[in-house]
Amino acid sequence: MILLVVLALAAAGFLAGRMRALKSTGGDPRQLHSLPGHHGQMVLLFTAVPALLLIAAWLLIQPVVIERNAAALLAPADIPEGSSASLVMSDVRRISDGLDVIGAREGLTEAGIAALGADMGGLRDRLGAVGVALGGEVKPTVFEAAKLFRTESRGGRRAMTVTVLLTAIAGLVLSLRRIRPDLRARNVSETFVLALLIGSSLIAVLTTIGIIASLLFESLSFFRLYPVKDFLFSLTWNPQFRGGSDLGIWPLLWGTLYVSFIALLVAAPIGLMIAIYLSEYASKRTRAIVKPAIEILAGIPTIVYGLFALVTVGPMLRDYFAQPLGLGTSSSSVMTAGLVMGIMVIPFVSSLSDDIINAVPQSLRDGSLGLGATPSETIKQVVLPAALPGVVGAILLAASRAIGETMIVVMGAGAAAKLSLNPFEAMTTVTVKIVSQLTGDTEFASPETLVAFALGLTLFTITLALNIFALYIVRKYREQYE
Amino acid sequence: MTDTTAQTVPGKRSLLTLDDRTRRRNAAEARFRAYGLAAVTVALIALTLLLVSIFANGVSVFRQTTIAIPVTLDAKKLDKSGKLDPAVMAKVTTVGYAPLLTKGLQAAMEENGISDQGLKAKAIGALISQDAPAQLRDMVLADPTLVGQTISFEALASGRIDGYFKGRVTMDSAALDSNISPEQLALADALKDAGILHSRFNMGFITAPDASEQRPEAAGLGVAILGSLYMMIVVLVLSLPIGVAASIYLEEFAPKNRFTDLIEVNISNLAAVPSIVYGILGLAIFINFAGLPQSAPIVGGLVLTLMTLPRIIIPARAALKAVPPSIRDAALGVGASKMQSVFHHVLPLAAPGILTGMIIGLAQALGETAPLLLIGMVAFVREYPGAPPEGFFDPASALPVQVYNWTQRADPAFVERAGGAIIVLLIFLVTMNAAAILLRRRFERRW
Repeated sequence: MILLVVLALAAAGFLAGRMRALKSTGGDPRQLHSLPGHHGQMVLLFTAVPALLLIAAWLLIQPVVIERNAAALLAPADIPEGSSASLVMSDVRRISDGLDVIGAREGLTEAGIAALGADMGGLRDRLGAVGVALGGEVKPTVFEAAKLFRTESRGGRRAMTVTVLLTAIAGLVLSLRRIRPDLRARNVSETFVLALLIGSSLIAVLTTIGIIASLLFESLSFFRLYPVKDFLFSLTWNPQFRGGSDLGIWPLLWGTLYVSFIALLVAAPIGLMIAIYLSEYASKRTRAIVKPAIEILAGIPTIVYGLFALVTVGPMLRDYFAQPLGLGTSSSSVMTAGLVMGIMVIPFVSSLSDDIINAVPQSLRDGSLGLGATPSETIKQVVLPAALPGVVGAILLAASRAIGETMIVVMGAGAAAKLSLNPFEAMTTVTVKIVSQLTGDTEFASPETLVAFALGLTLFTITLALNIFALYIVRKYREQYE
Repeated sequence: MTDTTAQTVPGKRSLLTLDDRTRRRNAAEARFRAYGLAAVTVALIALTLLLVSIFANGVSVFRQTTIAIPVTLDAKKLDKSGKLDPAVMAKVTTVGYAPLLTKGLQAAMEENGISDQGLKAKAIGALISQDAPAQLRDMVLADPTLVGQTISFEALASGRIDGYFKGRVTMDSAALDSNISPEQLALADALKDAGILHSRFNMGFITAPDASEQRPEAAGLGVAILGSLYMMIVVLVLSLPIGVAASIYLEEFAPKNRFTDLIEVNISNLAAVPSIVYGILGLAIFINFAGLPQSAPIVGGLVLTLMTLPRIIIPARAALKAVPPSIRDAALGVGASKMQSVFHHVLPLAAPGILTGMIIGLAQALGETAPLLLIGMVAFVREYPGAPPEGFFDPASALPVQVYNWTQRADPAFVERAGGAIIVLLIFLVTMNAAAILLRRRFERRW
């Protein structure tokens, strides 16, 4: 709603700016420094952009402030045994929503709602009647917090409307008053636009900072509860939600590396041979059909691979390999996840290697063929050695992809954390545990939940290092022949 | 080479007969080529197997078994007051409607001369889905004048009966199953022969919300499709302007210095960060710090926006780079400012390429699951989210998450649903990618 008002103001500003610019020279655009449109554009930008930024910032900050104020009213005694502050805060939020509904339904005035606190027993029933079911009696402090929450969020919203409108109008009036025939409106509005462009590209940097900050801060609070030494060097993973759990990363890391290793065992030879075949042997027509077909594999969502592992590959491996060989009876296994993930990363290996093989200069091939080598000898002894660093880079990129993959392992690899060599046994990975520790009812004070952030940090570091290394190799190699 | 010439006597050998060594080399050549072909074949077979198994697993979900039951809506039971007031009639819960359906089914059986196989009324009623009474109740409350009439109602058959006609449940498995007996299956066969029970196109699968563990036959994708749509709107609205603005700055305006280098390295690394890390970011920043609600499309949209941005910026920059410098020079030459030359000339020429990248980025975002699991989209949601903009803050599900959700449930009927949901998801993805390819074909220009 307020968004529409601001946009309407901005549109009006555009027209007003144009008209005022024209009028300032008596309707003769030639005497203006900039086109009338530029004057309009300037007014539009000064009206809309600060107001919109203000809305965004307000919406982000207001809930944090109000929550802090309401939480300050709660005494430690209000938090029942086995519950947490965040659960009580969600009660506060629900009660305040319920108060709105009661107020609307019964036509209560503000004073009437404030007086509701007098009758605590009746309050729970009345809240229940409007769909806010509460676990226990409403405590007076909780109710006070809810009332504060409600009035502050209402007041906050009103204050936001007023400030935003004032900002928009101020921007409109100030920029309109600047309009003169010799105003460099074009330069002003273009500098403004440039600032917006720079701001947009900074979002990428902000995202990185956000990722690193959220991972680091939560990991630090994890390490305050759980010793770093145990996390890095313990060989058991056994979370207990009552406390006293073992949270060693090695079983998870082992599972991750094992699955990725099998995936690369599948993808590296197949992907490399595809790249060689397509770049050295295939006719143009075959290439035009096969290359996109293989790239379809990269476009399929990972959840589809996950389902494939779950309903097709897993049972098949179990019935034809694991059980006859006596290696295991579980349909989710390292092998299942590894095979399916291998299929998924084939296109990553093949298209990058394809590019790199194509970048090897034709003169090398011609020289080798001219000496009487067969095409396969040329490839094995001339082209591949020349392309080797790039191919290694491609495989490393695929590896980082496989390590960070989530859905296939969640659905295909199982959930048991163990250190075992048998590929037909269910094992678990870092990503699986991040998902399982962070879904469902989460409480952000226990090491069992916070460990997910430490796992995320590990994952982020490993994949980032692999990526930077791989990109470095690929880039260095590419420049060699340019 | 010198060895061979030393061994063979010169003059006795024709160029046209192959010696051993050449033959070996040719065989190695053929083998190597065959390896390449084999690798391509393996990849293509894997692709086909993947698609075929998913389709074979899910396509049956689009047909659903229903039972046509003549239901007498008894006014005495449904509307004691006789005022046809929906508010009063709402007091009769689904428990009041279930016996009507069972009675109707028994009447239909009698009429067609079908023996009840010695089954009690409760076992006969178990043929009907537990969701059917709720649907009947909604129908009656929407139109109270139906009370007192006998209407023909298409009730969903229970999940096991549906599975029997799709081959998932057999007589043997029914004997071991406490939820269904072979007699009930025999009765279902008799009903099918009489034309009471038949299978129809399953519209409910597309529009209905998710259903609880015991009612796989009623579960649908309505909430998930809506949730995914809302998230895509958020992603589109945020990432298109930001992505285009960022790529314009980096490609056209940015000076070559350490700061812009930093941004570039940043973007290429962000594109390779595992998607689950974005989920952690969303949980820590948007939900814990900013206090946005869990499972809301707005949070999912924001997370997916951050994830797709680098994947949009990279192709957008390539599209801008492909516009020849002569266009810029010509615009600058006739007095346009740098900004004007970019916005009036370069950007429109690069637009098809940028849009193609955008659509592909959106398609990737649509299929992304892992980050959404962390921000609570796995919750069981039966209510449709409201209309935007408030609807963006209501809990909703998403297509890929719904697939995951269904695979985690015990009843195998949900695996079939998951396959069906994937088919729906793939149809959306294929449409989007086809649109991108068409766009590229139609507007692609080479300078």
